[in-house]
Amino acid sequence: MTERLKEDQPIFIQIAELIETSIVEETYLAHDQVPSTNEFAKHYQINPATAAKGTNLLVDQGILYKKRGVGMFVTDQAKTIIMKKRQERFYDYFVLPLVEEARMIQLPKEQLFKWIEEELNDED
Amino acid sequence: MKIEVNHLTKTFGKETALKQLSLELSNQKIIGLLGQNGAGKTTLLRLLAGHFLPSSGEIKISDQPVFDNYTITKDICLIQESNNFYQKFKVGEILKLSAIFYPNWNADEANQLLEVFKLKKKQKVHALSKGMLSALGIIVGIASHAPLTIFDEPYIGLDASARSTFYDLLLASYQEDPRMIILSTHLIDEVSKLFEEVVILHKGELLLQEQADELAAKHQLVSGSKQAVDQAIAGKNVIYQSELLGKKSAIIFDDQVEVTPELTVSRASLQELFVYLTKEEATQIGYSN
Repeated sequence: MTERLKEDQPIFIQIAELIETSIVEETYLAHDQVPSTNEFAKHYQINPATAAKGTNLLVDQGILYKKRGVGMFVTDQAKTIIMKKRQERFYDYFVLPLVEEARMIQLPKEQLFKWIEEELNDED
Repeated sequence: MKIEVNHLTKTFGKETALKQLSLELSNQKIIGLLGQNGAGKTTLLRLLAGHFLPSSGEIKISDQPVFDNYTITKDICLIQESNNFYQKFKVGEILKLSAIFYPNWNADEANQLLEVFKLKKKQKVHALSKGMLSALGIIVGIASHAPLTIFDEPYIGLDASARSTFYDLLLASYQEDPRMIILSTHLIDEVSKLFEEVVILHKGELLLQEQADELAAKHQLVSGSKQAVDQAIAGKNVIYQSELLGKKSAIIFDDQVEVTPELTVSRASLQELFVYLTKEEATQIGYSN
């Protein structure tokens, strides 16, 4: 989680997304403790209240749970919730800009499909 | 900690530094006080610390007047840009005096901070460089643990890495002992992420007071084709716009545009917002371009 924070997006949302990504990548598994708001504050030089807002967002969505006086932990269903959420926005975030750019530079449809297929096969 | 400022005016001769300023600050948080040179920041902070009396209006801290009132001033530590300490004292003597004045003084922390900033107790104030003087101010400010700790441009002469160290130390000390910290600075990009609340003064008046998160939600940076952006921002409160290569960007403040697929909406930085809310346009003074 050493990515840099961007200027053009609220910081608490970026904190929440960094945690989400590390859960999907399985750096953090169910019932693992995630870094404390103080650790986030220190690492990113941000106000601890901002970091807390990010983790609280994930508590509201059922991705993290609080143990009083101990910290924040990953819930059982966290990964499922995050993947569902990210799949829902995949079209807007990735497909639309991809197609828009492809159309602008008149990239042949066949080429686009071929590349995607190649990449998908590469993963196996 | 609660600060109430009501219709505060301060004049120096013919100059009006603060005009009928009303403001309320409460709870333990890190507050950013921003404003152009001459906006009245230092005057406000010195009034809060009880350095002098207002021309009119009142200031109450924890429901008490602050001027000449040790029951309150012992809880306030103001570190200014310069002239914080008498020239003839040694660093060690400054720390001893601070320990007497501030009831929450943390001597261990002060000693550790001396090491961080490589200061020696036997050094004399008048022999310190600008950077070392700033470091001493920062040490006293942090170790005071005053319920109201104010830093007014505390880092003249400090290099970027020492400033970053200051932010780390401030955050660490704040997390251990949350208190109200007011930080006034021109280096907005560096510190904006530390702020929980932002206050902007402009020409002696309050321009804006907002939670940092809400400030982000209160504006939009809209970009896209010139036509799409122009259509979206028509009649809106636009604080900045610029176009190039058929594309246009605009910042809408305290207002919302209807988001369409042709538009990209993102956020401006606090520094950009500050600049566009307060600056005089170069075109206003007769340059055509």
